[in-house]
Amino acid sequence: MSFSDIIIPVIFAGVMIYALCMKTDVFSEFTAGVKEGLHTIYDIFPSLFCLVVTVAAFRTSGGAELITTLISPLLDLLGFPYECGNLMILRPFSGSGAIAIYENILKTSGPDSYAGSVASVLLGSSETTFYTLSVYFAAVKAKKTRYALFAALIGDFVCAVVSAVSVRLLLI
Amino acid sequence: MMKWIVAGMMIISAMFAAINGRMGELSTALLEECGGAVQLALTLTGMICLWSGIMRVAQSSGLTEKLAKISAPILSLLFRGLKKSGKAMQYITLNITANILGLGNASTPFGIAAMREIENEENSPRHDIASDNMIMLTVLNTASLQLVPTTAAALRLRYGSEAPMEILPAVWITSVCALAAAVAAVKICGRISRRKRL
Repeated sequence: MSFSDIIIPVIFAGVMIYALCMKTDVFSEFTAGVKEGLHTIYDIFPSLFCLVVTVAAFRTSGGAELITTLISPLLDLLGFPYECGNLMILRPFSGSGAIAIYENILKTSGPDSYAGSVASVLLGSSETTFYTLSVYFAAVKAKKTRYALFAALIGDFVCAVVSAVSVRLLLI
Repeated sequence: MMKWIVAGMMIISAMFAAINGRMGELSTALLEECGGAVQLALTLTGMICLWSGIMRVAQSSGLTEKLAKISAPILSLLFRGLKKSGKAMQYITLNITANILGLGNASTPFGIAAMREIENEENSPRHDIASDNMIMLTVLNTASLQLVPTTAAALRLRYGSEAPMEILPAVWITSVCALAAAVAAVKICGRISRRKRL
């Protein structure tokens, strides 16, 4: 039994107990929330659909591998393992795609190798940037997102560089 | 922004597929993935409905307001001009708490609700332009706040790692650096764009 197994039931029961104590009409509030949830998905679905389809296209085209080959001199310069290049490129686009590449690195290089450790740190300290951007801004129908993409990619870049540095300092 | 990402990726994919000789795979993937997108949306619908329901109960009972009061001193450093325990701040608190605990499914519905409440509270005349606070929240969510990287740890264990949790300190350092860089970028860009407008 893990931490996350405990936390969700505890949150649900806790919220219900508190709401009953405060004499909230739990059922009608819950169903009203569900209705709002349906509106939300209705609003974000078109953007989500677009992104999923284009990301799938990008993955199958072999674009990530090609970009990794192109930037491999830069990766060498930063001491970033070549095996993790694909992971770094695909991580902002696709959560499931990144996990597939990650498993492949664990299988071929081993989880405790340099590449395996860097991949673990990279995966553990980043999120699916483009998915988040598209869903969050679709929800408020904001078309002009100004510097959002730039700031998010700065975060992802620093994440990649520091993951290699921290593994070298702490683990190897 | 999205038009560049979507169009760019489509064009690049077609180009790369031509170079790599994977046109057949690409067209199959395009046709199959539409179904995948709908499936993902259905899974997401369940999650969003569940957490929206719970969130609404917590909100109308006054629980989220209490939580927001606790987190307000820290969060008001990041978000400017939002009411201390207003609805926007409440949902931002829930979103960030869910992220830290690693409840990925819950953080998205909370984050979306927070975006909407920021929009309501700021009530800007230009609805198509993202505000500084909206960008801050979104960029926070593109960085990782999760304390324990459960997915990576579980996979490391499955592939025979001797110490699956040994990555923790490195993950924390990396997450904090990435988060600090992203937040600094948001703050600096926000300041520049405000100065331009004056």
